[in-house]
Order: sequence, then C-alpha cells, then structure tokens
Amino acid sequence: ISAMLQLPLVVTAQVDLVLVLVSLLALWTRLSRLSYPNAVVFDEVYYGQFVSLYMKRVFFIDDSGPPLGHMILALGAYLGGFDGNFVWNRIGAEYPSSVSVWSLRVLPALCGALCVPLVYLLTLELRFSHLSALGAAVLLLLENSLIVQSRFMLLESVLIFLVLLAFFSYLRFHNAPTSSWFRYVWLLLSGISCAAAVGVKYMGLFSYLLLLGVAFLHTWNLIGDQSLNVCVQCVCRVVCLLVVPVLLYVFWFYLHLSLLNRSGPHDQLMSSAFQASLQGGLSRITQGQPLEVAYGSQVTLRSSASQPIPCWLHSHKANYPVRYENGRGSSHQQQVTCYPFKDVNNWWIIKHPGHDGGHMVDTPPRPVRHGDVIQLVHGMTSRFLNSHDVAAPMSPHAQEVSGYVDFNVSMPAQNLWKVDISNREAESEVWKTILSEVRLVHVNTSAVLKLSGVSLPDWGFRQLEVVAEKLFKAHGSSLGWNVEEHRYGTSQEPKEREAELHSPTHIDVDRKISFWAKFLELQWKMLAVKQEESEHKYSSAPLEWITMETNIAYWLHATTNAQIHLIGNPVSWGVANLSLLAYQLLAAVYMLRRRRGFKDLPDAVWDQFVCLGCVCVGGWVVNFVPFLLMEKTLFLYHYLPALCYLYLLSPALLEHTHTHLLSSSVTHRCALCVCVSAVLLSVFVSYRTFCPLTYGSPELSANQLRGLRWRDTWDILYRRR
Amino acid sequence: MFSFLMAKEECISQRNKTEHSSILRNRKNIPTSLKTSQAPFTSVSKDKISQTAGHSSEDDNQSSNGSSAQLFTRRHGESPVKVLLLLVVGLSFSTRLYKITEPPHVCWDETHFGKMGSYYINRTFFFDVHPPLGKMLIGLAGYMTGYDGTFPFIKPGDKYEQHNYWGMRGFCAVLGSFLPIFAYLILLELSQSHTAAFISAILLIFDTGCITISQYILLDPILMFFIMAAVLSMVKFNQQRYRPFTASWWFWLVLTGVNLAGAFGVKFVGLFVILLVGLNTIWDLWRLLGDLSLSLVNSRIFIILLIVLMSDVRGSTILLVFFLAGGRCKALPGSSCWTHPASTLPLRYNICSALCCFEQKVGMIVECRVIIANLINYDMMMSHTLFEWSLLFCLASGPGDGFFSSAFQSRLMGNNLYNASMPEYLAYGSTITVKNLRIAGGYLHSHWHLYPEGVGSRQQQVTAYSHKDYNNLWLVHRQDDNNSQSGSPDLVRHGDIIRLEHKETTRNLHSHLHEAPLTKKHFQVTGYGINGTGDTNDLWQLEVCGGRKGDLVKVLRSKVRFLHRATGCVLYSSGKTLPKWGWEQVEVTCSPYLKETPSSQWNIEDHINPKLPNISLSVLKPHFLEILLESHIVMIRGNSGLKPKDNEMNSKPWHWPINYQGLRFSGVNETEYRVYLLGNPVVWWLNLASLGLYLIMVAVASITIQRGFSLGPKRIEQSQVLMRGGGLLLLGWLLHYAPFYTMGRVLYYHHYFPAMLFSSMLTGITVDILLNSADLLLQPPYSDWMQRVGQMVLLLSVLYSFYLFHPLSYGMTGPLAHEPGSTMAGLKWMDSWEF
Repeated sequence: ISAMLQLPLVVTAQVDLVLVLVSLLALWTRLSRLSYPNAVVFDEVYYGQFVSLYMKRVFFIDDSGPPLGHMILALGAYLGGFDGNFVWNRIGAEYPSSVSVWSLRVLPALCGALCVPLVYLLTLELRFSHLSALGAAVLLLLENSLIVQSRFMLLESVLIFLVLLAFFSYLRFHNAPTSSWFRYVWLLLSGISCAAAVGVKYMGLFSYLLLLGVAFLHTWNLIGDQSLNVCVQCVCRVVCLLVVPVLLYVFWFYLHLSLLNRSGPHDQLMSSAFQASLQGGLSRITQGQPLEVAYGSQVTLRSSASQPIPCWLHSHKANYPVRYENGRGSSHQQQVTCYPFKDVNNWWIIKHPGHDGGHMVDTPPRPVRHGDVIQLVHGMTSRFLNSHDVAAPMSPHAQEVSGYVDFNVSMPAQNLWKVDISNREAESEVWKTILSEVRLVHVNTSAVLKLSGVSLPDWGFRQLEVVAEKLFKAHGSSLGWNVEEHRYGTSQEPKEREAELHSPTHIDVDRKISFWAKFLELQWKMLAVKQEESEHKYSSAPLEWITMETNIAYWLHATTNAQIHLIGNPVSWGVANLSLLAYQLLAAVYMLRRRRGFKDLPDAVWDQFVCLGCVCVGGWVVNFVPFLLMEKTLFLYHYLPALCYLYLLSPALLEHTHTHLLSSSVTHRCALCVCVSAVLLSVFVSYRTFCPLTYGSPELSANQLRGLRWRDTWDILYRRR
Repeated sequence: MFSFLMAKEECISQRNKTEHSSILRNRKNIPTSLKTSQAPFTSVSKDKISQTAGHSSEDDNQSSNGSSAQLFTRRHGESPVKVLLLLVVGLSFSTRLYKITEPPHVCWDETHFGKMGSYYINRTFFFDVHPPLGKMLIGLAGYMTGYDGTFPFIKPGDKYEQHNYWGMRGFCAVLGSFLPIFAYLILLELSQSHTAAFISAILLIFDTGCITISQYILLDPILMFFIMAAVLSMVKFNQQRYRPFTASWWFWLVLTGVNLAGAFGVKFVGLFVILLVGLNTIWDLWRLLGDLSLSLVNSRIFIILLIVLMSDVRGSTILLVFFLAGGRCKALPGSSCWTHPASTLPLRYNICSALCCFEQKVGMIVECRVIIANLINYDMMMSHTLFEWSLLFCLASGPGDGFFSSAFQSRLMGNNLYNASMPEYLAYGSTITVKNLRIAGGYLHSHWHLYPEGVGSRQQQVTAYSHKDYNNLWLVHRQDDNNSQSGSPDLVRHGDIIRLEHKETTRNLHSHLHEAPLTKKHFQVTGYGINGTGDTNDLWQLEVCGGRKGDLVKVLRSKVRFLHRATGCVLYSSGKTLPKWGWEQVEVTCSPYLKETPSSQWNIEDHINPKLPNISLSVLKPHFLEILLESHIVMIRGNSGLKPKDNEMNSKPWHWPINYQGLRFSGVNETEYRVYLLGNPVVWWLNLASLGLYLIMVAVASITIQRGFSLGPKRIEQSQVLMRGGGLLLLGWLLHYAPFYTMGRVLYYHHYFPAMLFSSMLTGITVDILLNSADLLLQPPYSDWMQRVGQMVLLLSVLYSFYLFHPLSYGMTGPLAHEPGSTMAGLKWMDSWEF
C-alpha cells in the first residue's frame, strides 16, 4: 500500500502531434458548416424516410441493407430532437426550422473525419513509417468525394470507418506480443466492427470475408507452430471473429424489430402472422378472431406468395369471356381471381360437402382438419369454387378455376377440395387462422389451387389470375393460402349473410410469433424482394469508376449556381490507380524471381510487402469486383470503400520503392522527393479547385463551372440567365 | 506476419532437392515422385522437412518391395487390372446398347439434332447456336449406317417407321459407353487404386441418368466423351512429365489438344474443360519454374510447356476457325423458312477443316488458313445462283443475316449485299436502311406502336431491330422538304442538315429533352409528325466520321453520325433490350456525350433511288479475325438469348445435385411409352454426400499434416491422393457446375451431367480412402473385413437401386408411379419426380 501511495503521482503521455493535427484538420474539413445546404441532398431523401419511420416507430422493410445503418442515422435524428414529421419527397426541398439538420448529419460526418486518423494508424500497423502514414492520411483528407459523402446523411462514411477500424484492430491484435491478454480486446473490437460493417451495408460482408481470410492464414501458421498450445487461441479467434459477429448481426435485427412495433406501409409484404404481431394494421382486424377454422366459417384467403403482390382469393359477378383474344374458348363461368385490396368479395364460406345448409357454424364448432374435403362458397354470389379440365385464360397449361354456374352443358360441378396443411408439423392438424398454410387440392383432378402471378386483361379488371395446377409441376409458396380474416358465420339466408359480410369482425385474442421467426422472415424478404430495374440519370457502370467517368449532382441551389457534386480529386484518383498497377507489376516480378530462387527482398520485408498486398489490393478487389457481377443500379459512391484501400496502398508502396528499389544515390532520392512534393502540391491544388463543388459555396459563374468540367462526361449544371 | 509464406519457400526449395534426387534414382517410379513433390502444407520447421523426406524414402523402399501391395491393388498385379477393366467395358457397353432402338419414335431433342444430322447428309444450310462438330458426327454416323436423311424429325413422338435411326443412336451410345471406362482409367492414374477406379466406374455404369442421356441422338454423349477423353489424356500427359519429348509425351499432348478441340467443337460447355486443362498447365509451369535444377535458358521443357499453354489459350481461337469453317452456313437464313439445295457445304470439306484445325494445334496455322480460304472460295463459286429478293421475305420471319454487320453480310452468298449493286453516294429522296456499327447492332427501326405512358412522351417508338424488315426503311429529306424536284437528285454531303422520314408510318425521326426509356442519361428518340410535317426537333446533322465539309456519303463504306440540331446530342444505340412493350427490340437514344463509339456510328446499308444509276460496289472486306469475333459474339448472344418463357418450368442449378427433378424424354400419359431422364437417386445422393465428406477429410488431413503429427507412409500417400487427385476432380466439378449460377439463359437438368462425371470420380476416391481408413478405428483383421463389407454394401445398394430404377431408362408403360398398380409404385421418393 505504501508503494501505491508514493508521491509524486506521475502521468507520462506521449502524444503523436501529427496524428492530432490530421485529426483536427479532418474534423474541420468534414464538420465545418455542416448544416449549410439547408435542404434535402440527394439520397437523404431515401434515408430520411426511414429515419422518420424510426421516429414514429412504424415498421418498414428496406432491401438495400440491414438495419444498423438506418438506426445510426436515426440516433442522430433522435439526439437532435427530430419528431419524424417531415415529408422527404424531393431532393432540394428546404428543411423547416424545426429540423436540426446538423444533428442529422453529424454522425456520418464524424465517422468520415475519424477515417483519416484511422488510416494513419493502420499504415503504422502495417509497419510502414510515419511519413507513409501521413501521406495516406493526407490523401484521404484531401479527397473531395469522401468529404462530400461524409457531410450528408449517408452511410458510406460509416461503412468505411467500420471496415478500417476492423482491420486496424485486427492488426493491432496480431502485432501485439503473444503474452498480453489485453490484445484479445482488440480482437473483440475487430469482430464487433465487422458485425457493425455488415450491419450497415451488405458490402461490408466482403471486407469481413477478407479479414477472415487473413486471420485464417495467421491461424494456419499458428497451427503449424508445434511449440504452442493452440487450442485456446483458435477458440478465442473463432469466438471473436465468427460467433460474436453473427450474434451481433442478429442483435441489430432484434433492436430493429423491437423499435418498430407499429404497422405501416410495408406490412403487405410480410406474412399475416408477422403483420398480426404489429400494433395497428392487421392486428386490429384480426384481434379476437376465432383461432380454429370450422365448417361454416367465413374467411378471406390470402396467397402466401408475395410475388408479384400480396393478394386475396376473390370472385365477382363477371364471367370468363366465351372466347379469349387468341380464339381459345373458356367455360364462360364466373371469374375467380386474386385481388390485392381488401374487399367484401374476398369472403368465402367453408362448407361441408355433405350438409345441405352448412353455411352456419354448428355449436360446438366442428374444426376442419388436414385431409378433410370441403367446398368453398363465395360469400356474395354463393357460387362454388370449381375447377375442371379447361385451360386457364393466361396460363393454358394449367386448369381454369371458376365460380360454378350450371349452364346445363354436360359440365358437371367439380367443387370438392381437399385441405392439405403444409406446416402441420409446426402447428397442428387443425386449420388455424393466420398460422396454418394450406394447399387446396382439387379432388377430381388432384390439381392444386395456385396463384399464377399473371395479370388478366381488361375483362378480368387487371386482377391476378388463379389457376389449378398439377401438383408435380407447381412448387413453392405460390401454392399456399392462409386464412387472414375469419369469423363464424351465423346466418343461413344469403341476404342476411351479405349484411354480415359487410360488418367488420371483432373479438379479442392476441397472437405473438417468436423473434426468430420474425427475424428469418424479415431477412428472407430483404434478400428476396427485388426492386424495379431502372437506370438513374447519374448511375454508372463499375468500370467507369476507375477513370471517374461520371459524377453525381447532389444538390443545386434553388436560384443560384451554387451546387454540390460527388467528384473525386482527379489527381489522387490517378495516383491511386497508378499504385494499384505498380503493385501488381512489382508483385508479379518478385514472385517469378523468388520462384527461381532470387531473393530480392529479405524475408521480413517480403512479408510486409505481401501483407500490404493482402489488405490493400485484396481490399480493393473485394470491394470492387462484386459490383461487376451485380445487376443493381450502381453509383460512383459505391467505389469509395475500394478507393480508400488504394489511398492506403499508395504511400506505403512509395516507401517500399524508396527503401528497397531505389539506389542510394543522392540525386535519385532528391528527384523522388521533388516528385512526391509536386504530386502532393497538385493534390492540394486540385482539392482547392473543386472545393466550391464539394462544399456548395462559393457560388461560381457559368464560365468557372465550365472550366471545372474536366471531362466531357461530367454533368455540371449551369443556370441560363 | 505471413511467416507461413516464408516457410513455404524454404519448404519448396528443400523439396525440390529431394524430388530431384528421386528422379535421378528412379525416373520411372512416378508415384514416388508425385509423393515427394508434396503440397506446401507439408511442413513448417526444418526438422519436419527432414522427417517428411525420411518418410518418403522409407515409402520408396516399401512400394518398390511391393509390401504395401496388399493395401492397394498395385499396378504390378496385372491380371486383376485386365479382369476389372474387361468387366467395366462389358457392363458399360451392355447397359448402354440394351434396348437401343426403343422407343421407335423421336425423343426429346432428337428432333433438333437428328434433323441437323439429316441436314449434313442432305447438304443443306441451317442455323444453330451450337458449334458444328457434334452434328457433323451424328450426320456421319447416320450416313455410314445407311440412313438417307429423309426422315423429317418434325416433333417428338413421330414414329421412325422404316428409317435407319439406330446408327445414330448407337453411335451416341458407344461414345457414352466410353465414359465409365475413361473414369476407370483416370482414377487409376490419379489414385493408383483399383477399388477407387472400380467404384466410380460402377457408379457411372449403373446411373440411370447417364444411361438415358447416352442412348439418344443428342450432343451430350459426344460432348462428355471428349471431356473425359481430354481429362484422361491430360492425366496421362502429367505422368509423362519427366520424360519430355518421348513419343508417348507427344502422343498424349497432341491427344489432349485434339480432345479439347472436340469438346469445344460440340458445345460451348467445352470451354470449361479447356479451362481445367489450362489451370493444370499453369500449375505445371509454376512447378517447373520452381525447379531450380532446370536452367530456364536451356530448358526445352519450359519453353515447350509455355507453348502448350499458349496453344491452350489459342485453342479457343483455333476452334473459332474451325467453327467458322463448319458453321459458316449458320449466317444464312434459318432452315425453317428457306432451304437452298444448291448452296451446299460438302461434308468432306468440313471434316477436312476439322482435321487441319487439329494439326494447327501443333502449329500449322498457316496451312490451315490457306485451306479454309480455299474452302470459302469454293463455296462461293458453287452457289452463285442466288435469288436476292426472296431473302428479304424470309428474313422477316426467321433469324438471319440481320444480326451481322453489313461488311460481314457482304461475304455471305445469298445475301443482297453480296456483289451489291446500288447508287454509290447517298442522295436526297433515297430510301435507305441505317445500320448501327456496334457488333451485332441492329437497323434503325420504327413501327406504329407508341411509347407507353410514363416513358417520356407518348410518341411513336424508335428502336434498333436485328431482322430485316420493311419497317427499317427511311426516306432522306432536306430540312425544308421539297423532294419533288426533277432531274438527278442532289447528293447528301458531310455537315448537311437532313430529316429522316419513316417510310411506313410517315413519321420523322425526332428527339427531345425527355429521358430515354432505359438509359436515363440520354434523351428519348421518337417518331413524330405526320406525312413528313414535324417540328425543328426533327432535324439531324449528318456527319461522316473523319470527313470534311462537302464530302459525299458513301453507301456501306462511310461511318456516319446523326447529330440532333436542337439539343446537340448524337443518335445512339445502347444495346439494351426494351421490355415487352417495345417488343424486346433494342433501345435507341440520343446521347449528349459526343464520344466516338461504334454505338453512335451508323452506316447506310440499303440504298434505293431509281433516279440514280446502280453501281456494283465492293464493300470494305472485314479482316479474318473480325469475322471470327463477330460470328462468335452473335452466337453467344443467341445462346444467352434463350430466355425461359413465362410458363416454362425453369430448372435451377441447385436442383441438380440433389436430383430434384428430371426431364421427360418421351411420353406423358399412362398409355404411352415413357422414358424419364433422372439420375439413380442412390448414386446421386452418394455423390452429394461424398462432396461434403471429401471436404471434411481434406480439412482433417491438412490440419494433421500442418500440425506435424507423424503419419505412416500409407496415410501420407492417401492424403496425397486426396489432395492432388481429389483436388483436380473437385476443380473439374466446380468448373462445370458453378458457372451455371451466373447464366441468364434457360437451364435444363442435363446441363449437370459433365459435372456429375467429375463428382462420381471424386466419390470413388473419397469412398475408397474412407474405407481404407477403417484401421483408424479397428484392429487389422477387423478393419479389412470392414473395408470389404463396406465395398460390398456399396456395390449391392447401387445394383439394387439400378434394378429398382432401370425402367426410367429402358422405358415403362402403365399407370404413373403415384397411382396404384404401377410398376414404379413406391419409388416416387420425391414429389417433384414426374414418372
């Protein structure tokens, strides 16, 4: 104790002043006048709507990425006191004074600023000198496109920050002495940031895989080292880099789902059970419905397929045309379709085939079970759901489904359907509202009731076609139907029944589904939902990014020429491409020569060189190549993560050249110094040149703007006065 | 960091020494040298290297003593080889040739390939998306067996009656019978184990899918024959690695090339096996490069292998030559609408060109080109009687020349551009067609339909269309529109402002500041106005690329651009296909970016002006390689254009390994004779399981080695076989399977069969080594019993399942499987099977 209390109490701190300086500069470039265009800028219009929905806690589904990114943006909005009452309808709309623009944008900007010191530290961890680190930091600092992307409510800067953090902390872990246990904190941090990166955008997954690859190689070496007991070490790595990220990824969804508990515009995409778990919406309707479907029940049947659109089995007082456009004949019976809106014509009554009446529920109700044969009566028209060997209107290979009309033309009614509950293992043999997924098998032909997904022409009011298809041909969710609205019918007479159908259902029961079921459904829907393919005015192809063929106009002042564009710093861009080429060339030469036994580099240096390549060139590859295979609409900003890796590569490669390739003659070194300073100067100059387009001020004249159009393919806007 | 790589380096240099010494000691002992040139997993520290080296030398002694012969039946024991091989040959031929003539009607795709075989016999031109070799062979087989080419092959189910169809089927079945034999030989080379070889041969022999697909007139057995033959000769060639330039070295090298050429000449899928061989060669080169005992300067091996690699790369180019010679006819109109008996391509010339291409593989490029040039000339002389105008009618309905550039078309006899005769310079008042210069670009086209609501303004569509059609015709007008002057019309010059009027609909080519339908950065192009009266947005400035003011516009030869006067954009064809409302034609836009690309350049193809004299024109002849490239791009587009129709059941790649759903070859109803292409489920599921098992075993083996546990020589040999032989097969499986995930074209179950061959061979290795490792669990006598029992169980279950499922291949009648009284009752193990 005496030793602990010994005075004086001394704190020795080492501060890397360069690091502090670049951090301050980064903060200044990213955070100054953050609320300046007091208007919606580019994709803010997209992310903003989700932020609003978070504030109102309304459920939504966004196929572009997992929820963490949106939640981070929403956090900023929450801290700034945003109440969600702003309509994000067009780019350029002015924010009202009630919205704190600064707080909406501050988190991404902060992440963008922190990337700069992080790159500095990462270069050090790659075991290059402070000068290289400074070089990388400067390149990142003066990159106009990164500044633009950081300063608005967008997610790229957050993604870049998290990915860099993951690599930095992993390398910190790897470089730390083996004895220290503290290094596992770094490993854990690396796992956490990987999970966060994947949670922000799916692109983060590729960086995560790269990191796993690097970690695997290291672990593989470790296994080969027989002096160590590697079991614990391997387990630690697996836990930190595999288990924790997966759990965290699920946790983001847990947060997402527990935050959003009200029904909203995207409900329709989800299953009835999911919808029923949200407040308002379907749960309002379904609350208190009887659970078990019985003979005499009045039900609406919803197709389990959400393609092309969720809809309910429907019929109406209109018959199939006698002849279709192509001259084929039909049965001319009543149309049965699938209709995407709630309607009184969506109601069907489940009838026992034997009973003559049977439109009412007995007391006690007799539930319908798996394997039972039923008839379905359309509530409003009292026609029986029927199918027969007549080709369906749009899908002639399948059978037509109709409401049976007795025309006395030797076409007997074939209106028996067998109930086949496909998820009976999970639920029960009894047909349950919302929970059971039912296939209706036609007894005479053993065809299955199916939503074909094709729209009918005008005679069918553009509703969706329903057919009966042979079991083995059809598969997937287009076969399943579930009961969504349900009540026990109490009236035998058609007139009374009509009145009953028009009245809303209400009784009270509450159904909850587990988090896992919700998570899996949401995840599947996010991956499966396809957006309309459409090209955007500013979209571009991946190969155009390398040469910065296109720019993106983010914002234009309502009256003046002040505008913001996503344009990179052309000089740095060139430097990055050059270093990528140079590294590949150098690596090829080294490899061939080493294979022939010429060791140009000492082993330690070779390791360093390889590691640089794995992280930087590998990082570029995994963040660029996948886009070549994607069929999405792509934009220049998708390239920014890949670009950051190249900025990390350039100074390090230069240092390598300087130390190992250049002869030690003074003139060479001087020449290199001059070249480097010239390049840095021109980087700075071009940064300054494009600043007006980066920050949106000062306003430039049309002539000046024309001067900034360095490439023909850039779109820079001028107002005609 | 990355000390692993460093260690690898050391390990490799060490290894090379041992390898070298072993070569000196016993050059012919291939297994040994294989063994010592172990993968880099072997060792990390130096003492371990010596350990491994020690093992291998020990192993050397053992194997030369033959003491491990009881573990593996070695190739020293000659008699079992012959017995087993004979057994495999007998079984495989008898299963394939059994009931070869049943059913006596056209099955499935026989309707295509049989028909094409007939075309070769009849010497009729036709159009197809596959390269020609397979169909030529089918034709040849039919010809040799007395089929006269008169059967029409109209649709599946047509009875053959008196026609001699068995020859073509038998030919395919014979080629298909070689597959198990090749699998046996390949595995014998890769694993040195008869058990492994026999297992995979048995799997293939008794797989109902392989039998079915071999028994009909299809390209697949021919393709798979060449694929397997290529792999076999590659493996054999690898064995000759230490005896360069011997006769057998050359033999296997040339044979590899021939088989690769064959595979690629049958279907484009052959590309994957070329890739496999290419990767193997690269790996070989890398290995040789690291062999410091070979001097690079003097090493002929290195240079020769480099040549081999080059010829692999060039292989595809060469095959394109081949393709062109045989498949040149496909540039002519589709057979469905027009056949021209006079324009024949003699069969022997095709075979000749095929042979010369094989020779070219070893370097005779010049001669081949001469022969092909002669071929083309010969054909041109033969078919000089052409009727040009009937072509136009024909092309409106079928696929044809319109896909190719004007220059290409001018080389095809039968085309209206062949020896074209038309006014030389573009004039006002002429009727023209305008063709885009992109590869496979279309004609500027318009029709009565309007753009739908929401796509720019609702004016008339303007598209690019690849087929020749009256709607491609445009009239050239002056901007002030008075084309009623008499006398000889004025010529159009560079920089003139013109108006293009669509002949059928009398709308003007028009553009305005609306977004184009797909390429949103560009402006929409429409047809506007009526009877030629429009507005100022109808004016286009015509520029000849590289021209000066006042230059005339030469028909066919000049590249021109159309600049829109009002907005300054240039007429552009983006190459994107419009949705249904645009009849899936190609989008035409007006691009504000004035960069010169083929997409924004056009040429005037047809030019009709009765007031001007027609002059015989020689079109700029395209370079030989340009023709190659173009014909292939058109073919590949045709291939990827095979999109599934709306109602068609589309097979997904993930269906295939699990044997999810087969293909109906013949018959649907209970009354018909049904053949159903479906793999033997036991075999296929075993393959699937052993893929997983293989990965686990490799992981275990490599971790054990990396961790430096001392292993017996037998284990080391096993892990060698597992990693090298198995790795090669796994790569083959991946290369033949994974690419299908990225393909947009319509896919069928039978596309999996080449991959399935590799998968079955991998199963052979995996199962054999697994059974051999029984001694890890049990003591010696019991482990041997266990091994025997395992092999027996495997054999019996495959045989029994074949007995159960053989009606799938050899045909069945009566009720369907899910109905009572069916012969296949209870065998419908998956709902998705349709028999």
